[in-house]
Amino acid sequence: MMRGKYVIAGIGHTAFGSLPGRSTISLNVEAVRNALADAGVEKDIVDAVLVKYPTSHFESIYGQKVAEALGLTPRINCVVDQAGASNIGMIGYAAMAIEHGQCEVALVSFADNPKTGSRAVFSRSRDPNAVFGWFGVPAGYAMVARRHMGEYGTTHAQLGAVAVACRRHGAQNLRAQLKKALTIEEYLEQPMMVAPFRRDDCCLVSDGGAAVVVMSRERARQLKVRAPVPILGFGQGHTAWDVAQRPDMTTTMAKASAATAFKMAGLLPKDIDVAQIYDCFTITALMTLEDYGFCKKGEGGHFVEGGGIEFGGRLPMNTAGGLLSETGMPGLQLVLEGVRQMRGEAVLQVPHARTSIVSNQGGVMHTHATLILGQP
Amino acid sequence: MTDDEKAAALRPPADPLGDQFWQSLKEGRLTFQRCKHCGNAWLPVRSECPRCLEADWAWENASGAARLISWVVYHRAFHEAFADRVPYTVAVVELTEGPRMTSNIIGAGDPEALKIDQALRLVIEPDFGLFVPRFTPV
Ligand SMILES: [Zn+2]
Repeated sequence: MMRGKYVIAGIGHTAFGSLPGRSTISLNVEAVRNALADAGVEKDIVDAVLVKYPTSHFESIYGQKVAEALGLTPRINCVVDQAGASNIGMIGYAAMAIEHGQCEVALVSFADNPKTGSRAVFSRSRDPNAVFGWFGVPAGYAMVARRHMGEYGTTHAQLGAVAVACRRHGAQNLRAQLKKALTIEEYLEQPMMVAPFRRDDCCLVSDGGAAVVVMSRERARQLKVRAPVPILGFGQGHTAWDVAQRPDMTTTMAKASAATAFKMAGLLPKDIDVAQIYDCFTITALMTLEDYGFCKKGEGGHFVEGGGIEFGGRLPMNTAGGLLSETGMPGLQLVLEGVRQMRGEAVLQVPHARTSIVSNQGGVMHTHATLILGQP
Repeated sequence: MTDDEKAAALRPPADPLGDQFWQSLKEGRLTFQRCKHCGNAWLPVRSECPRCLEADWAWENASGAARLISWVVYHRAFHEAFADRVPYTVAVVELTEGPRMTSNIIGAGDPEALKIDQALRLVIEPDFGLFVPRFTPV
């Protein structure tokens, strides 16, 4: 059994927001330096480097360029492309590689600089449909949101409740790029951008990097790592098909991803104390909560209303602000906050939290990965 | 941006099957592919059946009847070719024959009053140097 056998031994990140003049390699190195320092280990013990390529700019052998900048010649070294699900995907692959003797200490790292660099990738045409005016990532998620509203009666105010929760939490996070709370009235007064989405349904565009160190619990004990957080479960599921081609637009393979992770952890949704749910768009978090089984399909809107996902609610979610408030980077910030919650070191620390679930997803709900963490 | 520049910027990427699809529209027909091996029907164009993986298929003409799966309304242009067209509606529609495609809804009045699964019919419009398959409420 792999449950609890592997740990996140260290976490690190850069500043989030506008970081002019910083290359993605530089941001990766800073994040890794901080993660190694947090674990209290030297870089020389690292023998695996897994990297998500910068979303705004694909580059061949990018993982090796990061390893060179880190001064390492790892046994395992790769870029994994599962879009926004990559980072949790790589944490799982790292644990499996260690389990099978392919490496012992793995870095999982991501950095990007779309805010001060190029963000063209986020508004490009979804070829060959440019002639219909089908541009940009927000529209893909808005298409899913509209179907959810039509099938289940989900309301604008319920989408807004996700943004309000994340912004409330982010406002108390000094690291957050957007430290400005949002009321539901302010949300509803905003004009439509790509209806049914308003601006504040959409994630931030951010420069920054983050990294984690993965090793066995035994190795962490030998190295006297301060607060190794055990990985209780992980899983993946890939809807894969384009939004227009999915027979069912409002259920995704997030369901299979969570089922795999819950089975590995020997837990059920009711056993989860705090959640970090990928919120690139408000609908993403709402649907993930349904697919994870925190509520029935179609009841996500009701679940997120009335402060249920806010600090002090029944399932506190995105306690550092998520993609809507802390940083728009694809997913590692959620893992970092899950680790802090398990260590008891979060700013908005959920009292007595013993389990934390983290979701990562990407494309337009094409990819999904789930991570369940326990206490050190 | 001139009309020619818009057409060049929005033209679908050159592709032998895609070119046949757009040529049929020029002749007034919306076509889809049907597998001769398993009967599966699909869009967008691809060279193998995504159900049985065989490459033995034929074009069929769509009746033009469809239903609305979902839609979005752009109030902001993400490309300058659409700057003078906002607000406009992009939809996922399902043809009666089964295939789903991305398209536009036209002639709907207030697009916020549309309903999922409502009936639509095909309208082929000359635009951007192509003949574009769009849909309107029945
Ligand atoms: Zn077939």
